[in-house]
Amino acid sequence: MNGAPHLALLLGGVAGILVLATLIGQVLRARLDPQGTNPVIENLNARIAAWWGMVALLSIAFLAGRAGVILLFALLSFAALREFLSLTVKHAADHWSLAAGFFVILPLQYWLIWIDWYGLYSVFVPVYAFLLLPVVSALHGTTRHFLVRVAETQWALMICVFCISHVPALLTLQIPGFEGRNVMLIAWLIFVVQLSDVLQYVWGKLVGRHKVAPNLSPSKTWEGLVGGTLSASLIGASLWWMTPFTLTQAAGMCLVITTMGFFGGLVMSAIKRDKGVKDWGHMIAGHGGFIDRLDSVIFAAPIFFHLTRYWYSAV
Amino acid sequence: MEGVKAAFRQAAALAAGKAITLFARFVTAPRALWQGIEPTHAQRVYFANHSSNGDFVLIWTVLPAALRARTRPVAALDYWLKSPLRAFIGREMFNAVLIERRPEARTEDPVAQMAAALDEGSSLILFPEGGRNTGEAPLLPFKSGLYHLARLRPNVDLVPVWISNLNHVMPKGKVVPVPLICTLTFGAALRLDPNESKEAFLSRASASLLALSGMEAA
Repeated sequence: MNGAPHLALLLGGVAGILVLATLIGQVLRARLDPQGTNPVIENLNARIAAWWGMVALLSIAFLAGRAGVILLFALLSFAALREFLSLTVKHAADHWSLAAGFFVILPLQYWLIWIDWYGLYSVFVPVYAFLLLPVVSALHGTTRHFLVRVAETQWALMICVFCISHVPALLTLQIPGFEGRNVMLIAWLIFVVQLSDVLQYVWGKLVGRHKVAPNLSPSKTWEGLVGGTLSASLIGASLWWMTPFTLTQAAGMCLVITTMGFFGGLVMSAIKRDKGVKDWGHMIAGHGGFIDRLDSVIFAAPIFFHLTRYWYSAV
Repeated sequence: MEGVKAAFRQAAALAAGKAITLFARFVTAPRALWQGIEPTHAQRVYFANHSSNGDFVLIWTVLPAALRARTRPVAALDYWLKSPLRAFIGREMFNAVLIERRPEARTEDPVAQMAAALDEGSSLILFPEGGRNTGEAPLLPFKSGLYHLARLRPNVDLVPVWISNLNHVMPKGKVVPVPLICTLTFGAALRLDPNESKEAFLSRASASLLALSGMEAA
């Protein structure tokens, strides 16, 4: 990987933002809430602390190269799948198909990305897992809630394995003139999408009035949505020189991925509502579960991958 | 020589205990919700629903280390002494109070064994359903052991612990676990009322455990 100077610059910038955020969080606590009883300020500080951890983890994976990135996202897929399948409808008859999801399909998908077999990793979950896993469940007994069980399992695999695996899959693209710098596609994608999440939260907290989907999520407002996606796109576009895109192309790409990111948050919130939970999990302090943090990247990554591949990749 | 061997077994048990809690965390990312009681040093009898052999491993895993060291599961002798490996896991690692489930084979009174463990200062983990619940009913009727123990040692807190999802992680007879998040909800402690009948007490205990089953979502 030879995106090193740009990567160092971007990560340095993120560290700068986090230093600033940490200072703001501490000042807010000292000024408004010295006892630590205000849930919004406490949650803000927990989120910032968790961001430091996530950025550190991602940096280590980038340093470790292709193997590190693929391994990190395989583990994230594992954690996400564990969260998703904890909430789905299942029966003892599904034991082997669920175990296969974790121990066969997930590792195979990431192995296919490791060996760069695009023709198979792009259809493995939506075709082969889709057709074969229900067979395993069907052979093991009861037909009660059969369609719900296999459909929810397939959704879990699409979201947690297929979609997430498209982040490391960006490393396999061959873009003329961009050789050895593919890691920047990942860093830039995650930066823009997560920045959009953060800025939607900030804009929403500061000027948010009109709710986008009142029965879905009380925290998503039109002001947050427009302000967050536009300001994140502006910042993302200003980094066009790190990407294979021109300034206009980068701006367009930013609008697509921030919008997809917003859709991801929306759809995953609807699932949480349906299942009667507030968060997907509890492993990331202040944020909830892994899917809570990844929902926007999950929706943005495959689209970003295919747009980039269609227009820029040589193969 | 015997001393060295015993020390070695003990070290192996400690290391294996660490490994098994790590494995439990990897597979189930267990979370403890202390709804009705705090994790303090008080002596307790934790009683929980039983759907898998991983049950007491999970309770053990989520207890703070200081409490874990003084908490012993009550387990079936016929199951845990079946092979040398199980015996090592049951006796050395978990320091289980092994009781005989079949009345005709008993040489010791199980309730007296549990009371003796309490008298030594240990807390206990107990599965009052008697065996693993593999059916559709959320909870099987309780065996009377919990009542007899409460009668013998009326000053020990009985703490209901609802374990969710573990029946899907490792159903009876399966060897490969499905990694799913498990939640352990610790409810408010209860004790036997002086004038309470066995049936009334057991149904109250059972109800207090079942009441925790819907709480993890909230």
